[in-house]
Formats: sequence, C-alpha cells, structure tokens
Amino acid sequence: MAISSPQKRTDMKTGRRTPISLGPPAFLWVPALFVAVAMLLAPVYLVIRTASAGQDALSLFLRERTALVLVRTVALAISVTAATSAIAIPLAWLTVRTDLPLRKLWSVLTILPLVVPSYVGGFVLVAAFGPRGMLQHLLSGPFGIERLPEIYGFPGALLALTLFSYPYMLLNVRAALAGMDPALEEAARSLGRGPRSTFFHVTLQHLRPAAASGALLVALYTLSDFGAVSLLQFDSFTRQIYVQYQGSFDRTLAAVFSLVLVALTISVLFAEGRVRGKLRYYRSGVGTGRPPMVVSLGRWKWPALFFCGSIVLFSLFIPIAILSYWLVQGLLASIPLQAVWAAALHSALASGLAAIVTVTMALPVAILAVRYSGRLSSLLERISYIGFALPGIVIALSLVFFGIRFATPFYQTLGMLVFAYMVLFLPQAVGSVRSSVMQISPRLEEAARSLGHSPPSVLARITLPLIRNGLLGGAALVFLTVMKELPATLVLSPIGFDTLATEVWNATTEGLFAQAAMPALLLIAVSSGAIVLLLLQEKRAGRVER
Amino acid sequence: MTFNRIIRMDYYEVNVLYLKLIKTFSISLLSLIFLLAACAPKQAVTPGVSAPASSQITPGVSITVYSGRSKSLIGPLLDQVGKDIGIEVRVRYGDTAQLAAAILEEGKRTPADVFFAQDAGALGAISKAGMLAPLPDGILNRVGTEFRSLKGDWVGVSGRARVVVYNTQLLKESDLPESIRGFTDPKWKGKIGWPPTNGSFQAFVTAMRKIEGEQKTIQWLEGIKANNPKVYKDNTAVVLAVAAGEVQVGFVNHYYLFNQIKQKGESFTARNYYPKKGDIGAIMNVAGAGILSVTKNREASERFIEYLLSDSAQRYFVNETFEYALTTGIPTHPGVAPLSQIDVPKIDLGSLEDLEGTLKLLRDLGIL
Repeated sequence: MAISSPQKRTDMKTGRRTPISLGPPAFLWVPALFVAVAMLLAPVYLVIRTASAGQDALSLFLRERTALVLVRTVALAISVTAATSAIAIPLAWLTVRTDLPLRKLWSVLTILPLVVPSYVGGFVLVAAFGPRGMLQHLLSGPFGIERLPEIYGFPGALLALTLFSYPYMLLNVRAALAGMDPALEEAARSLGRGPRSTFFHVTLQHLRPAAASGALLVALYTLSDFGAVSLLQFDSFTRQIYVQYQGSFDRTLAAVFSLVLVALTISVLFAEGRVRGKLRYYRSGVGTGRPPMVVSLGRWKWPALFFCGSIVLFSLFIPIAILSYWLVQGLLASIPLQAVWAAALHSALASGLAAIVTVTMALPVAILAVRYSGRLSSLLERISYIGFALPGIVIALSLVFFGIRFATPFYQTLGMLVFAYMVLFLPQAVGSVRSSVMQISPRLEEAARSLGHSPPSVLARITLPLIRNGLLGGAALVFLTVMKELPATLVLSPIGFDTLATEVWNATTEGLFAQAAMPALLLIAVSSGAIVLLLLQEKRAGRVER
Repeated sequence: MTFNRIIRMDYYEVNVLYLKLIKTFSISLLSLIFLLAACAPKQAVTPGVSAPASSQITPGVSITVYSGRSKSLIGPLLDQVGKDIGIEVRVRYGDTAQLAAAILEEGKRTPADVFFAQDAGALGAISKAGMLAPLPDGILNRVGTEFRSLKGDWVGVSGRARVVVYNTQLLKESDLPESIRGFTDPKWKGKIGWPPTNGSFQAFVTAMRKIEGEQKTIQWLEGIKANNPKVYKDNTAVVLAVAAGEVQVGFVNHYYLFNQIKQKGESFTARNYYPKKGDIGAIMNVAGAGILSVTKNREASERFIEYLLSDSAQRYFVNETFEYALTTGIPTHPGVAPLSQIDVPKIDLGSLEDLEGTLKLLRDLGIL
C-alpha cells in the first residue's frame, strides 16, 4: 500500500512489454495535437507582434518600473497562493471528512465565491471595507473609528484575489480527498502513527498533486486578473498590459509584456512540476475502497463552524448583501430594471458548451500526461496552461488575428467563442482530470486490455467511470469561470449575444450599480444551481464506485 | 438493426453501441452547433426589437457598429436608430480601447462599418492607421470645427466637460481654486483622486501640452504627483471615492456624477466644479464616430452617423446621458451647467492626436 514509492519510467516500459500497447493511440494524440496547436496560437501571435517592436517599445519595456512591477506581481501571486492554501485545505477536510454540522450546505457555500466575478468582488470590497466604506460607517458611530487599515494596494488585492479564487484549490483538494482510499490512512494508523501524524504524513502527502494543481490555477489566475487589481489600485503586470491597450492602443508593447507573462507562467509550471514530483497516488493492493471514516470534531465543532462561517461571510454573503442593497436602492429610486433572461440563457448555453468541449479536450491531455508520461506529454500538459495565465484580452486579440484570417466563416460565432473559452480555461479541466487519473491504478486498465478490450473501450468502460468525479469537477470549474468571463466574450461573441457577465459590465462601467445588481445576482444564482448539480453528481458517483 | 437484435445484446455490446451513439451524437451536435453558429449572427437580433419594426427595415441593408459606449447608456438610442432610418443596426458593445485594438487587429477584414468611441483618442488611433473613410461635409458641418477630426474622418457626437468633482460635506465650492493649477498647493496633499489610465484624462493632458506647453504641463503633473494623488481605475471610481470622502476632489468628466445622482438621489455627497476663466481644467472632450474605409455599406453608415447628430439623438444625449449636445439649438439638461455658464477653453480636439507624447510624458514622470 505504498503511496510514495517513486514511479520510474519503467512502469511504462513494463506496459510496453505486452504487445497490446504501443504508445498512445490515435484517439488520444490527435486531439492532443489539436490542443497544442490551439494553445500555441497566442504565443505565436505575441511573437509576431513583438517582432515589429521598435527600439522605443523595447526601451519602454526595459525601464526600472517594469522590473518593480514584475517583482510585485510575483510577490502577490505567491502570497495569494499561500493564503488560499491556508483556507482551502482545512475547508476541504472539514467538508469532506468530518461531522461538521450542515456539512452539505457548507460544501456548496464554500465553493460559491468562485462565481463572484473579480470586477464585482473588487467593487464590493471597496464598498464594504474601503476607507469610507460601510464598515467604517458602522464603526464610526459607536466607536469613533475614523481610519480602517488601508485596503488599497497590496492588502486589498491579496484579500480580493484570495477570497474569490480559493475555491479553485478547494474543488481540487475536495475531489482528491473524496477519492482517496481510506485504507491508506488506516494502514498508517495500524502501523502506530497517531491521527495528527497520519494527517500530515499520509493525507496531506496524498493531496499534493491536487493541491499543487489548485495552487497553479490560483497563481495563474492572480497573474492574469485585471478586475480586482485595477479596482484595488494594485499595479500588477496584467494591469500594465491593459494600460498599454488603454492609452496608446499599443499592441506591440503589450505583446512584449505578455511574452514576459508567458515566461513567468512557464517558470511557475516548472515549480509546480517539482512539487508534484514523480509519485504515484493509486492503490496498488487488491480490495475495494470504502467511504472514508468520518472524523468527529467534538468541541472543535465551534471553531470549525466559525472558520467556515467567516470565510463564507466575507466571500459570499457580503457580496450578495451589497448587491441586494444596490438592487433595493435601485427599486426605491424606481430605476427601470429589466430582467435579463435572454442573457442568462446565453450565459448558460455558452458556459455549458464550453464545459463539455473543454473537458473533452482535457481528457486526452490528462491521460497522456499520466499514462504516457514523457517529455512530449509533459510539455503538452504545460503548454495547455498558457491560455489561463494570459489576460483575456490578449487571448481574444490573438484569436481575432488568426480567426479573421484563417477561419473567416467562424469569426465571431458561438463556435469561435467556445474555442476561445477552451483556450482560456483548459488547464482547469486538465488539472482536475489529471488528479483523478492519477488516483486509479493502471493495472485496472491493463487487466481490461489483456481481456481483449480495445483502448477506446477501456477508456469508456474502465477509466471514464472511475474518473467521473474529476470530469465533473473540471466541467464545473470551466462552467463557472466561463459564466463570468468578460474580455473574450465582448470581442468574440456573436453580435447581440449578451451574457450575464457583459450585462454586469455594461452597468458597472458607468457606475450604474442598481442595473448591475440584477444580472450579477442572477449570475450567482445560475452558477449556484450548477454547483448544487455538481455536488449531487459527486455523491452519486461515490456510491457507484463503492 | 432489428429490435430483437438490440434486446438480445449483452452488456458489452450494449456499451459498444452506446459509445457509438454518443460519438455520432456528439459529432453531429458539434457540427450542428458550428453550422448554427456560423449562420446565427445574421438572425441574432437584440431582444426587444419588435417584429413590426424589423419589417420596415430595408431588406438586406444592415450595418455593424462597434460601440465603445455601453449598452446601459445608449442601448435604447441605438435600438431606435434602426427603426427610424430603416436599417438593421447590429451593435457590438465593448471597451473603447479594446475594440480599437480589435479593429486594428482585424485590419481590412473588419466586420465593423462604424466605430462609435468613448473618446477622440481611440478614433485618432484608427484614423492614424488609415482605416477611416472621409466623412461628407454635410455630416462634418453639423458640429463645430473643434469637435471633429482635422482629416475629416471622424466626428464628435456628444460632449463631456472636464470638471473637478468635490465632496460637498468636506468642501464648499468657494474652497476650490479658480484654476486646476491651484491643486498643486501642498494643502491638497492626500486629498486628490485621478484616473491616469483613462482616455479622457490623457486627452486632457494632451490639451494642456498643446495650449500651455510642455514645461507647464510637467510642472502641473509633478505638482499633483507630489500631493500623492490616489490612482483610481476610471472616472466612476473617482466620483464614488469623492462622494464617500476617500478623497476630497477628483479630475473627471462631468456626466458620471449625474448617473450617481439619478440612482442615489439629490443627497449624493459630490458635485461638479468647473474651473474658471478658460482654465484648461474645463476643456470639452467628445464621444465620436467614424466609418471604416472598408465598409460595403457606406451610405447606410452615413445615415447612422447623421442620425446621431439629429436633434432627437442629440436630445437623447442631453437628457439620458447628461452630456452636452454638439449641434446647435439643443438646450442643456437642467441639472447640468449650461455652456454659457462655463468657460470652455478653445482647442481643436482633432489636434489632440499626439497621445504618444502624452503617454511618454506620463511614463517618464512615473505616473503610468
């Protein structure tokens, strides 16, 4: 029942000895190749744009401020990742493994902040905790507090990005915890480890790949976010890229900055690769997995509830409360507020299609990375992350560049929009699917092969049912992120295809918060529905497996 | 495959069949989606346009507008245009700068016929790339020469005055200096908010360079910078921060205030102040439009811009978005200071195309 014996490449070699598996089958590498080409579009575009850069652009890039902004951005990414781990790992454990009261409810509530777009979250945080925000108003009366700790700059950006991106890690860690074989922990306990030592040496170790891929998503999200950093006055690298477009429409300088972001991403990916290591995470023994033991919290129940409660309060209830307040304020001022059902429908349609397409394309990438691990497949997996790390507007413009030249009939169609979403959010699905593939033993698949099943049949009958949770988790992540995506939607959607996100943006950009509140609340409602659906599926899948 | 054959299948066969079905289904679904998506945009009409209205539309004539102005403010107007001039108007709403970048990237193949931008700078960038068609004099002459391109390829359609927005609880109007130069005084330290990445702010700095010269502009920027101004994302953020008292004054366009007053009532704690005596701080910016030179619908596009300069559209800008009409004879909204009361410095907006120089200056001073 070893969980940390290094998995050498010999694993693959033993696979090769049997005559039936000769490298990855076509149904895996053909779509993988498609993914690779799709992902390289943006970097190629950036290189084309950079190639036309003159001395001026380069000298602008090579000023001191660029380095400063770069350092600050990296510091922010590291801090946000650390803070999200501190929130997400305990939350995952509490909601999966303990007898926390109302556990199912907390499972839903703690994931929901993911649906709060950062451009709304930023506004809300300023409204609530700004120097003259609602909190200060509440405190100034009874306590005479005139100054709150400064929210603008680094602290605010850290707070906003942590509160609205920790669910990336939570979802990943939850899936891993739910899919983990309890026998591992039981074995550790039977060999004399205490509960605490088991948690740190067995459970946490086992969560490493999931936590690492969650951390990767959080770090890259931080690198590419614009909404929160600009509202909270933190000058990040992505903000610099937007400033280039904003002022000079200078696509060259923006391209140079973006290429640096690509380089930064690659280094983050290598860091994650080292954390993930070459371990294996599936059970090697015989026997059937059972649902894990439920840990009784006892009197720790109260601090645990307080912890979950305060996270949900800040990341979900305060945003919803402020949005509702805006809505009521608007109704009182009798501002005509239209229901935006068409936009809700468009959002759900585009997000649903994007989720299906993205998970479908993520599957071959993840399987290749785990089952046929080698330089090429790990390179493929890495480049699938490029889209996520670049600001949406850069991806959108690169697709404008290629789309209008080489796919004219598809330009600004729903198909193209869904393609853009896939490029932007593929790694969310890849990470989730990969973690779950890592948890199933290749022996199962090999047994099916030896019994005469073709590789597609093995995939359909063995692998897919076993990684169902991972597929659903990946699809949900993509769905939720697409719901709030903005820059690519504005530039690439078919004309008249308003989504909830564009409705929210249309209103907030003019400071019409009452008008923004309705679509924003609807966005949260639709997304919550998707999450509830996901968690129901998760439960059912669990029962089938066991 | 007969029914009997199907019911006799074993578990494995059923699964294989199931897989095949899924494959066929998903392939056909995907191709259907792509097909629909390819054809859809032509039918995708903004919800709310009623059937009888679209029946009046000249068959086959439709124009595509890239609008950097948001749907929440001008959506009703653009919905109305199509009905009134009998042309189908398809609008892509977005951020002005990002749409400008998209048009530049699309080049000759751009599907846009008209670019309707939030500021003159974005139109200038498209014009500089040689992508705008010259407008007929009939359109250009509707507005004063200062509100249009020198090359005659874009025209301003509505005006927004530069103002100082101030918090009415912390300041009285009499506390404010006549000229924005007054804000370089150290007594304003920590009390100023500005949006340096904003297009209209940059246009204002360009105007200052043009009128008062490079040296005085640098002095002003450095003076303000020494007072540690807070950097906000955009005009709206500045107005909200001023009303909340985070800062006491901010440099913005005039009309953002009125959207807030409309929502929050007269008790909103910020008001506009127009710098006096032709001070550069009261310059007039415009939102404007131009026609892409590759358009196949030039006549319809011209009718669209003519409509924006018609009395009814100008009245819409005045009453619904609280802007200034650029054509003559349209009275200003009662809540907004009339042009006769403010002292707007005279400058050709078309000559403000040296945005590059302004950006370089802002970068050199460490403001951007």
